[in-house]
Amino acid sequence: MRRRHFLTLSAATLGGVLVYSLDRKAALLSAQHGPVRIPLRFLTETEAHIVAAAASRIFPSDDSGPGAREAGVAVFIDRQLAGSYGRDRYRYTQPPFEDAPREFGYQGSATPRQIYRKGLKGLEGFHLLSPTAQDEALRKIESTVFFALLRQNTIEGMFCDPIHGGNAGMVGWQLVGFPGPRMSNLEEVEKYYGQPFRPKPRSLRQTTGAKARPTEDQP
Amino acid sequence: MKTLPAVDAVIVGGGWAGLLMAKELGARTFLSVVVLERGPSRQSYDYATDMDELDYAIRLRMMQDLSSETVTLRHDASRGAVPLRQHGAFLPGAGVGGSGEHWNAQVPRFLPDSFELLSKTTARYGASALPEGHAVRDWGITYDELEPYYTRVDKLLGSSGQAGNVRGKLIDGGNIFEGWRSEQYPTPPTKVPYFAALFRDAAKSLGYHPYPAPSANISRAYTNPDGISRGGCTYCGFCGRFGCMVGAKAQPTNLLLPIIQKRKNVSVRTGAWVRRILFEPAPKFAARGVSYVDARGEEVFQPASLVFLASWTFNNTRLLLLSGIGEPYDPATGRGTVGSNLTHQVSVPSATAFFDQPLNRFMGAGSAGFLFSDYDRDDLDRSSLGFLRGGYFGARGYGFQPIAAFGVLPDSVKATWGADWKKAAVFFYDRTATIGFAGEHLAYKTNLMDLDPVYKDTLGDPLLRLTLNWRDNERKMAEFATPIAVRVARAMGAREINPFPGLRSYDATRYNSTHIQGGTIMGNSPADSVVSSYLQHWQLPNLFILGGSTFPQNASANPTPTILAFVYRTADAIIDRYLKHPGPLA
Repeated sequence: MRRRHFLTLSAATLGGVLVYSLDRKAALLSAQHGPVRIPLRFLTETEAHIVAAAASRIFPSDDSGPGAREAGVAVFIDRQLAGSYGRDRYRYTQPPFEDAPREFGYQGSATPRQIYRKGLKGLEGFHLLSPTAQDEALRKIESTVFFALLRQNTIEGMFCDPIHGGNAGMVGWQLVGFPGPRMSNLEEVEKYYGQPFRPKPRSLRQTTGAKARPTEDQP
Repeated sequence: MKTLPAVDAVIVGGGWAGLLMAKELGARTFLSVVVLERGPSRQSYDYATDMDELDYAIRLRMMQDLSSETVTLRHDASRGAVPLRQHGAFLPGAGVGGSGEHWNAQVPRFLPDSFELLSKTTARYGASALPEGHAVRDWGITYDELEPYYTRVDKLLGSSGQAGNVRGKLIDGGNIFEGWRSEQYPTPPTKVPYFAALFRDAAKSLGYHPYPAPSANISRAYTNPDGISRGGCTYCGFCGRFGCMVGAKAQPTNLLLPIIQKRKNVSVRTGAWVRRILFEPAPKFAARGVSYVDARGEEVFQPASLVFLASWTFNNTRLLLLSGIGEPYDPATGRGTVGSNLTHQVSVPSATAFFDQPLNRFMGAGSAGFLFSDYDRDDLDRSSLGFLRGGYFGARGYGFQPIAAFGVLPDSVKATWGADWKKAAVFFYDRTATIGFAGEHLAYKTNLMDLDPVYKDTLGDPLLRLTLNWRDNERKMAEFATPIAVRVARAMGAREINPFPGLRSYDATRYNSTHIQGGTIMGNSPADSVVSSYLQHWQLPNLFILGGSTFPQNASANPTPTILAFVYRTADAIIDRYLKHPGPLA
């Protein structure tokens, strides 16, 4: 049994409170008070801080809108690694493992969990560095499998349905004007030619009223 | 191995082809029919809560589980193959309904000459026009013979569209370059997402003949000849890789399964992994049934008088090879037939265009859009183009979701992460769209399937090995398409355009299409084909093979309507003739 780890997020870094209007001006609707402790499923607390810091450099929070920090990308990645994706449940993992050109896809034996564990070892102390030093450290690993995975998972954590623990408060969807699942666009699909149509985002649970279980929560 | 009570017909695979055959045999005869499906059971109402991009479109919940079985790939025979360890260039489905559940429901027909490609091409340009090493074949059937079955398919699906050629009368606004249709589409064209409307207007202004993409996500409520009613598409945008949340998309689970479930003579067994077709050897030569591992892990034998293989291109081919039925194709000697003529539709993003205005790309459907086929027609003079055959251009509002669509940027943006990248990606997120090109893939002697000597599935059987690469004909075709698409994108008002860099080696990581064909091809003679145009095995007359594995080469068009048309024709031939006088139909 592993020691219990938590990721502690302060109100200032927690998402779910920013709303973006059509002209992309951020408006802070409400602030949550006090830090929030989120139990971790796979990462250690230190690893989670490194993942959060690295994701924030890949997808920063700045004047163009919220980023990985507000969306809770580190929480998303932790849950993905703990679930079937992290252990490569659906990938063909029988030997022999041979090198092959890029067009044949990833041929390694390491699972996402193993890639992260090893990759994060190489980033020890990363979360304590200055943003400039962090960018420098990431540039050094830009061409690795670990970085490609981290970048892809960061995008996933920005824009997934909130059911997966990322895109908190649907900040990612608001950022790009995606409304989430809508039962019908029948009246709108030919109506907004050349004009933005930006319905308020709603999550899968809000739209369907159903308690769908994400893959990572299934045994 | 336990032997189960014998049935009249056993069908391997519960996708479009297998379930259509089960419905026809089940509803029109009293034969006992068993469908064996390896994946899970499924109902159309399962999809009410599946609009989750991550689990369905990114983690690919509806696709085959590659941890138990995949295929291996090599570009040519000079080296060993490696397994495709994750999904990429194609997405075969798993479970009841198969790939027919998660498809985009694009329903064009093949061009008339496709079915007689060898003789028509030779007659028009001479035998030397065909590239060296080609394996192009006639199918043993003409378009005119198949047309009535195509029309039945359109009625089954309720296809939406605008015909361009009804019994030889050309109609403006439809595809005037396609083969004749005996009737208009059952339902009118779907609505047009903004980007597709821009494409339509631009193509028209350049002198092309755009037409609404034929769609089995239907435009309005429709009741098919089987009495199955469904409502119209709502353009929710969760289409390809998803099951339809409102049931507007034609799927085996909403068109075929409800009829099958009412018939006491048909049953569908899920979790049934078929490993071998068992047969009586010469001189008797007949299939005896199939052996499979059932949901509890027990190996059983299901005897049957009729055996249907309907389990997608790869597994149809692999089951013949594993069962030792027919002679494996050997490219060195040209002997054998099983595994030959592997093809994959040439599907490329010819131009990715970036606009100033937002496109509202979340609204759409898998085949809501416009196409033009000015370079996809039998009467095009190809002698000056430098390649044979052609393809169609299209702009579809598939319905885009942000994980997959975020970060597609003009070539001028160099950053791939960080603040500059994010800013550009946020700006272009809803201002980006692709003009696609889908072209024919000729068959070559060097593109084939056989059993891999190294890699195995979880039951210990060898994986199927693909030897597959593009050749000059496909590369030139894709190269030809790019400037045309760029010109259209410019006429649409794009501010920046990324042209497709060109086809190099076959790339298993870029999604191409799920239209892989060949391996158990149909033809005129047992010397160079596995089945007749009745999909009947030449040596084992009670074995039928349904699906794209029977197509000798790849058309530009998406294959589902053609697959279903052949299933209807075979079902008719079995019910009207074979059951009375079992034996060869061709």
